[in-house]
Amino acid sequence: MMKEGSAGERLFNGIIKENPTLVIILGMCPTLAVTTSAMNGIGMGLSTTVVLALSNLFIALLRNIIPDKIRIPAFIVIIATFVTMVDMLMKGFVPALYAQLGIYIPLIVVNCIILGRAEAYAYFNKPVSSFFDGLGMGIGFTCAITIIGFIRELIGSGAIFGNPVGNMPDFAATIFVMAPGAFFVLATIIAIRTKIINNMEAKKGETLSVKHTDRDADCATCAAAATCHGKFYDNTVKVSPENKEVKA
Amino acid sequence: MAEEKKEEKTLTLQVSSNPHVRDSITTQKIMLYVILALLPATIYGVVNFGLYALLVVLVTVGASVLFEFLYEKLMHQKITISDCSAVVTGLLLALNLPPRIPIWVCIIGAFFAIVVVKMLFGGLGQNFMNPALGARCFLVISFAGRMTNFAYDAVSGPTPLAMLKSGEIPNTLSMVLGNEMGTIGETSVIMIVIGACFLILMGVIDLRIPASYILTFVIFIIIFGGHGANPYYLTAHLAGGGLMLGAFFMATDYVTSPITTKGKIIFGIILGILTGVFRCFASGAEGVSYAIILGNLLVPLIERFAPLKCFGYVKPQKGG
Repeated sequence: MMKEGSAGERLFNGIIKENPTLVIILGMCPTLAVTTSAMNGIGMGLSTTVVLALSNLFIALLRNIIPDKIRIPAFIVIIATFVTMVDMLMKGFVPALYAQLGIYIPLIVVNCIILGRAEAYAYFNKPVSSFFDGLGMGIGFTCAITIIGFIRELIGSGAIFGNPVGNMPDFAATIFVMAPGAFFVLATIIAIRTKIINNMEAKKGETLSVKHTDRDADCATCAAAATCHGKFYDNTVKVSPENKEVKA
Repeated sequence: MAEEKKEEKTLTLQVSSNPHVRDSITTQKIMLYVILALLPATIYGVVNFGLYALLVVLVTVGASVLFEFLYEKLMHQKITISDCSAVVTGLLLALNLPPRIPIWVCIIGAFFAIVVVKMLFGGLGQNFMNPALGARCFLVISFAGRMTNFAYDAVSGPTPLAMLKSGEIPNTLSMVLGNEMGTIGETSVIMIVIGACFLILMGVIDLRIPASYILTFVIFIIIFGGHGANPYYLTAHLAGGGLMLGAFFMATDYVTSPITTKGKIIFGIILGILTGVFRCFASGAEGVSYAIILGNLLVPLIERFAPLKCFGYVKPQKGG
């Protein structure tokens, strides 16, 4: 096992264990809307990653200064600063991709992955591990939506990164680049990932799925309580009530 | 004597869960009746469109049964292909395909109908929309060009509904007989009605859904169709497209239609209005399949507003 909060552990957590798109099911709006091609997926994913890592870093740096009661507006201000920077940079340097992604770049401000990581991790943890947490989550998000975009583009328009493959476009099923296709592909990938992870867990005897370790939290206030049945609640970890250390 | 007494003493009571009285009708029998009822339309389609149409029907039915078998085999479930529901799904899907559709499209359609719409939601009785229509809509959206290309044997031209949409009134007699362009099973109203009458006589389908569906549709067309109660226009709308096939064979699917009397009538009215809206105001010429799957999605809501009354239930008196 890697050390809690180390760079490697945070990256592994974001990409595999708590992948924001495939496990926590956050950031559905860009996941479903911009994944019509693999290139869009990469563009959206990378811009989100930059914002996520930097906003996590700064929120962690300022975590002792930000008053608890107005933390959400403070997070939004920090996030919006980085989104505006990314927005302007993309407009200047990759105008074609910027035109494709359109409104979804400014909307990164309210992307629930970013706000979710700020609230759940960066606000309670040290800057370095928060930065790597954001980086891991961002890379996990990028990987997931690039794979979804790749599959949708291949089936829906018969192309790989915009290049038509043989006579595939003649057989393309247009529904895959429309809204329903996003749901088909997302659901299939989640199912495959769950199957693989379950098999790995059975083989290694090591748990790779999300476990809640927040002993302060009550099951009644947890959003996952309806489907959890205590399955995700890790009883082996003891966290004293005084310790505010909270993992997502 | 002694033996008889012994028997009396060891009288055993058999305890079993309800229902205690069973009818001889089974799922398999109902499905066979539906297949029989669809045969006239299928045979007419094959005669009208040639042997390739027969190949389309056979491949779609075969693929549907095969996919159900494979899914249940792979998922270690009970094999239920003997209830013939996959055959009905495949047949209905084939009747909804154009006569010159490539074979690989039929196989994709069968896969979507059986695996995605039916089996992933739990198999027969659990599917939330009609599998055949779900697959048809999937194919129409995916392969729009192939699914609306009705040309056969070098005969090409607009379908009767496309003519209606552009303001012409097609030959209504040939529409009723079925000598028109369209999908394999939808063209001949006479053959569909023969099959439907058989099902109604056998008590397999309830007349309430098709009757309220068609009646609402007629009223809607009279009001919004722009031609008033012109009999030719009305006949063309009724005989054109998949209205008859949809109303009698697909809207009446047990799984995806309400079970109460009131619910069935509400369901029919909703389908009639939706079909009218799609045909009169939408960009496409046909709207039956979309109307029915949208209606399918509304069934749980309809059943909430028209619940089943318990046997012997008396409405509580006010202030009592």
